[in-house]
Amino acid sequence: MNSHTIRTYLLTALLCLAGAWLPLQASSNAVAENKSIDIKEIIFDHIGDAYEWHVATIGDKHISIPLPVIVYSQEKGLNAFLSSHLHHGHSYEGFHIATEGDYKGKVVETLSTGEVKRPMLDLSLTKIAAGIVLNSLLLVTIILCVSRWYRRREASDDAPRGFVGMIEMLIMMVYDGIIKPSVGKDYERYAPYLLTAFFFIFLSNLMGLVPIFPGGANVTGNIAITLVLAICTFLAVNLFGTREYWREVLWPDVPMWMKCPVPLMPVIEIFGLFTKPFALTVRLFANIMAGHSVILALVCIIFVTHSMGALISGSMTVVSVLFTIFMNCLELLVAFIQAYVFTMLSAVFIGMSRVEHHEK
Amino acid sequence: MELFTPDAGLLFWMLLSFGIVFFVLAKWGFPVITRMVDDRKRFIDQSLEAAREANAKLEGIKAESEALLAQAREEQRLILKDAANTRDRIIEEAREKARTEGALMLEEARQQIQHEKENAIRDIRRQTAEMAVEVAEKIMRTNLATERQQMDLVERLLDEVEKN
Repeated sequence: MNSHTIRTYLLTALLCLAGAWLPLQASSNAVAENKSIDIKEIIFDHIGDAYEWHVATIGDKHISIPLPVIVYSQEKGLNAFLSSHLHHGHSYEGFHIATEGDYKGKVVETLSTGEVKRPMLDLSLTKIAAGIVLNSLLLVTIILCVSRWYRRREASDDAPRGFVGMIEMLIMMVYDGIIKPSVGKDYERYAPYLLTAFFFIFLSNLMGLVPIFPGGANVTGNIAITLVLAICTFLAVNLFGTREYWREVLWPDVPMWMKCPVPLMPVIEIFGLFTKPFALTVRLFANIMAGHSVILALVCIIFVTHSMGALISGSMTVVSVLFTIFMNCLELLVAFIQAYVFTMLSAVFIGMSRVEHHEK
Repeated sequence: MELFTPDAGLLFWMLLSFGIVFFVLAKWGFPVITRMVDDRKRFIDQSLEAAREANAKLEGIKAESEALLAQAREEQRLILKDAANTRDRIIEEAREKARTEGALMLEEARQQIQHEKENAIRDIRRQTAEMAVEVAEKIMRTNLATERQQMDLVERLLDEVEKN
């Protein structure tokens, strides 16, 4: 048993080195209690949401940051309390976290009739929501600090160096490389949104790769977040579309029979309006989620091979660490590429909605 | 699948956070930076243009100064040439003048010498005549004491003249 603990610590150190998540709670418990571990559960546990922010487990001690649970139920009205009240299946004012069923892992309420039901509205500041807030604060701080640097200087001063220079480089890369050529005319109007989207996604992706507390929340790998971003793009595209854009959607240049008695093409075009943001949503979400899953699965190799003897376990640990390092580097690349792609496609869609009438 | 159904709470927080982030950054963040960078780009372009102009101007000035220098050199050459000519002329003139003057003086001297010579000759002649007369007188005083002797002498002299 003693050697087991030592080995667990060693693995912990290796995990930290590998820069991967810390699936310690689930895995070490699983290892200690029964020899088989549920990898799927570990992975979904880590890429999914939670009502508390689990930081680490040392021995039997769980270190986690309690987050506010805000629920509105028809019976009890608005309730707000810390998630630490719901620890280990505890019930608080009739609310508890379901351990099985349709609402597994969600806050449910026990009604006076004894029925267990999901509250009408659950606006809890969950792990991912807290991640969003943290990332937003970080982003606002960074960009405002950089813009403060500019506010205090003249155009004739020296160009910035260091951190400000790096942020300027990134901003101008998006501004000159994506926004200007893709949006075309009036690009200045759309630049703030596209830049905000780029930096929000990029920062969230990077923070998601950081294994310990301020990072680690799977923000951009959650479909709700990517959906909001895609809806923003959808609004930016369609709210300011030109007449020509709407004419091409509703009355495209195709033979008359394709649009007159049965509006075949217009239906397809209108359908196309919605597939674009859908593609944006799924692309970003799936890429980031898949990346996180792969890294977690690679880390889990260590715990799967744990019971197969020292030799296999040791060698597989090395393999796992090497693969995890490789995947992390790859994810770093993906973090940038996905932010870039999302921004570029948004800019292109906006540019397409800004078409002017052209004679053929 | 829970993974593919957007959670209402997350939608709310995301909308709120992203909305605020967008509002703040669109108002005080990105436009400041992009405007500044554009301004700097313009400033650099202007500076480059100014530098180019200054360079061109400098080039012009250089050419101008070179032309001026060449002109000055040409003038200097002309002046020197002129001066040399003048000098030569003056020397020539002086030489000419000296020559004529010398000749004149020589002539004058010659004339004076001639004159002196003539005077001297005349003087000598006169003195000689006087001496001759004196000698003659003295001789006469002795030899021509008599009428006859005087007549003889006159006769002889006349003969001599006739012979001449």
